[in-house]
Amino acid sequence: MMAKFTLPKNSKVKKGQKFDAAEGASNKKKFKVYRWDPENEDNPRLDEYDINLDECGPMVLDAIIHIKDKVDSTLTFRRSCREGICGSCAMNIDGRNTLACLKPINEVKGDVKITPLPHMPVVKDLVPDLTHAYAQYESVEPWMKTDSPAPTKERLQSPEDAEKLNGDDGKGPAACILCFCCSTSCPSYWWNSDKFLGPAILLNAWRWLTDTRDEAKGERLDQLEDPFKLYRCHTIMNCTNACPKDLNPAKSIGEIKKLLVERHT
Amino acid sequence: MSAKKNQTIQTPLAKAKGLGSAHEGVHHWLMHKVTTLMNIPLVAWLLYTVFHLKEANYTEFTTYMAQPFHSIAAILFVMVTLYHMALELQVVYEDYISCRILRMFKVWGMKIFFFVLGVATIFTILSLGFTVTG
Repeated sequence: MMAKFTLPKNSKVKKGQKFDAAEGASNKKKFKVYRWDPENEDNPRLDEYDINLDECGPMVLDAIIHIKDKVDSTLTFRRSCREGICGSCAMNIDGRNTLACLKPINEVKGDVKITPLPHMPVVKDLVPDLTHAYAQYESVEPWMKTDSPAPTKERLQSPEDAEKLNGDDGKGPAACILCFCCSTSCPSYWWNSDKFLGPAILLNAWRWLTDTRDEAKGERLDQLEDPFKLYRCHTIMNCTNACPKDLNPAKSIGEIKKLLVERHT
Repeated sequence: MSAKKNQTIQTPLAKAKGLGSAHEGVHHWLMHKVTTLMNIPLVAWLLYTVFHLKEANYTEFTTYMAQPFHSIAAILFVMVTLYHMALELQVVYEDYISCRILRMFKVWGMKIFFFVLGVATIFTILSLGFTVTG
């Protein structure tokens, strides 16, 4: 009935197993990794892995790949490009949502605590269930909508208009990789993700609203004009703070709000 | 024997779309900003009044409040502040109460309470003015 501020009993994280894979190593680091297996009824746990950093690459993703390859093959996580462009390895590292492939291990002081993206259902270990987030993305119809007949060549766009999508520094809304670090750092999304679209989706909605080739601006604004879909954003700015690609979802949401006021005046 | 649960099967997209857009929210958002700005001079007036009437007796207070400028400022302060509070509290209820029925009763109950409070306060301010000047 009310928003829940504590974890239910069966979600409380317990102490887990300890693996020392760095015996005798001088350059070692402890990784505390969230583990949960849907196949049994155990509570989630934090397993501890001591790793010899001389045996793995510099990034947190390198370390967890090392753990999976050499220490504990049951550890489950998503990863693909290992260069910050696919968004697969988004997780909470050292208390911040980020991409494991872009997070250097030596930036973390002390033990490296790794948990899944916050407040999402967990499929297993570090893998969040993004079904609802992807459906919300689909709901804003992230494709070009036009009524004019398709041109015989490409749809024209001025360099100035293209900059609205890409930004003058390549950090415009079109650079979003849908890792959901922003949405899962947003308290409004934690409490009301059933209806609030969250910063990632609203950034992408803005990406299409600001595309001068698109002809469905009014229709798109109609869909967004809602106390829950859009106006749960209270400009907390966690989203902009969390984005591992240095994008600014909060600004995009502000632009949508401005456009809606413009439509009423 | 398991208890019968009220289950529905929906696609993720149907869940995400829900009942669609309510086509409102702009006015609420805009009025929140407008009342915030309006509160700057009104709170300044309130601070001035509190400071000015710090050692006043009842007669001095009623004479001061009976002046049209101060009466109007007081009425505006009450209206704008209560409206602003209603807008803010609505957001808090919408954020933290997920039961729709409870949320609706809370929001409307709060709005009616503030409306009654506003009418009563404005009546008091006006009666001060009319008592003194009349």
